[in-house]
Amino acid sequence: MSLADHAVVLPIVLPLAAGAATLMLDEDRVVLRASMSLACTLLLLLVAVGLVRLADESFATVYRLGNWPAPFGIVLVLDRVAAILVLLTAVLGMAALVFALARWQRAGPRFHGLVQFLLVGVNGAFLTGDLFNLFVFFEVLLAASYGLALHGSGEGRVRASLHYIVVNLAASLLFLVGVSLIYGATGTLNMADLALRWREAAPIDRALFEVGVSVLGVAFLVKAGMWPLCFWLPGTYAAASAPAAALFAVLSKVGVYAVLRTGLLFGTEAEAAPSTGTPWLAYAGMATIAFGALGVLASREPARLAGYSVLVSSGTMLAAIAIGSTPLTGAALYYLVVSTLGLSALFLLVELVDRGRRPGADVIAVTAEAFGTADGEGEEIEAGTAIPAATALLGLSFGACAVMLAGLPPLAGFVGKFAMLDALLEVEPVPLASWAMVALLVLSGFATVVGMARVGVRRFWATQGGSVPRVRVIEFAPIVVLLALCAALTVGAGPLIGYLDDGARALHAPGGYVDRVLAP
Amino acid sequence: MNELVIALAIGVLAGSGVWLLLRPRTFQVAVGLSLLAYAVNLFIFTMGRLRVGAAPVVEAAVQVDPASLADPLPQALVLTAIVISFATTALLLVVLLAARGFSGTDHVDGAEDEP
Repeated sequence: MSLADHAVVLPIVLPLAAGAATLMLDEDRVVLRASMSLACTLLLLLVAVGLVRLADESFATVYRLGNWPAPFGIVLVLDRVAAILVLLTAVLGMAALVFALARWQRAGPRFHGLVQFLLVGVNGAFLTGDLFNLFVFFEVLLAASYGLALHGSGEGRVRASLHYIVVNLAASLLFLVGVSLIYGATGTLNMADLALRWREAAPIDRALFEVGVSVLGVAFLVKAGMWPLCFWLPGTYAAASAPAAALFAVLSKVGVYAVLRTGLLFGTEAEAAPSTGTPWLAYAGMATIAFGALGVLASREPARLAGYSVLVSSGTMLAAIAIGSTPLTGAALYYLVVSTLGLSALFLLVELVDRGRRPGADVIAVTAEAFGTADGEGEEIEAGTAIPAATALLGLSFGACAVMLAGLPPLAGFVGKFAMLDALLEVEPVPLASWAMVALLVLSGFATVVGMARVGVRRFWATQGGSVPRVRVIEFAPIVVLLALCAALTVGAGPLIGYLDDGARALHAPGGYVDRVLAP
Repeated sequence: MNELVIALAIGVLAGSGVWLLLRPRTFQVAVGLSLLAYAVNLFIFTMGRLRVGAAPVVEAAVQVDPASLADPLPQALVLTAIVISFATTALLLVVLLAARGFSGTDHVDGAEDEP
């Protein structure tokens, strides 16, 4: 094997090594830790770009850990969808780290380590081809996310994190029950092997397998934030520090990805899969969109609004997966990428917008409060210079985020929603569920416009008692880059949708994936 | 008989765990999660089928019938699951103490219910 063949494992090994190394440094080596973390993430970004090109050339690249043959050893599988998601994670990681350089990295000594371990977990979950390994990577990303949710401390964060941790621990136990039922029924945990074995199972084992997949599905859906399993999500995301929340934007997508991957793998074209393709997932996804849209309308705080927008995005993905035609999956994947970029930018922006207001006016746990004592000395050592006309620039970015998330032209959110609408109405005759989905997509966009316009008017035009926020270039740059990426993806929508369509076709025809993994 | 005993044990542990998980005090929730984790760990173990007196480790030199051995995989999975649930429960205890310190109450919502 040449060195390039090991590239598939790099998105896991690189941040793992960097994270472990930052843990060994003293607490006062802030600069060294930050530069290690940034260098690693930059490298990760380059590797991810390389993987996207690798996945374009070959159908699915299989990496055997320890070189054990597939059903016995653990495999990593890189295909187009996984490659794009790893790249998305690296971009978000970079944005959050740069943003945190200004002040958040000083709020706790282990920030960089936690971010790197989060990247390990997320990349691993995207790449793995083994169910139990998926559990382990879920736990890695959850453990890191517990730490990041608590980053900065403060009563609001601790209270929200307590709920977050308990809900996710319970969901992890469900995950284990599901995995062990599937193992008990089929005797394997390799996803490709499972895709073959469950069809040959005896009826009694088949029933056990279906129960196992359903329990597993519930665990995934808790993480994806499906209504009615999502009540923990807006509060936790709103309370988390801005860079942590920007990274969390991709966490719910890991749940969505797991549903997509396992659902399509454990089903055939002729036969409805046990976990997806069933109408109730479509309706639950739509209920999530409706709940998220109502939440967006009801939010007074921009941070909560962003949290509910995560639900809208998750619900859209779940409903699109459940309705499940190939072009729709491709369009939904494009929407996933661009909406995650938009959400991440919004989470970063929200903190800057709120900074200008009196601390704790009606905010549960935003920066100024959490920093408390550290604020006085923190001001002097902060990096970078303040930018002029901060309010105008923040307002413009907020507007761009609103356009992006509502799906209005000209930004990429519009292209994503339009591609989904097109795919939904392509089938003749259009089923009722698709019409409901069309209506919800349009209405949720409208709710986002109303909700964000109201918050924007209150923050930027009706400023009472607030001062102009002091925003540094280094904090504003990641937001601009994320929004510029959205704009670039509007222009480059054709190639990306084409790429993801190929990925979606491969997902919908799991035969190729199975053959590749199990090839001797 | 073995099956009945272990099924009852898992059932009682899981039932108590769920009941405690739904209680309003943080400590009850932590104990509930621990009990649930025990139930789940036992459950994973039984998914390798219950065998008495069968070794899970194959000796390399000796050719043996695989049917005479216990399934080693669930035992390995249980080890991983135990370590993870142990670590996360420890973290939960720290958060629980922090929440108690911030809010002055051990209610999960950080405030007592209004009577």
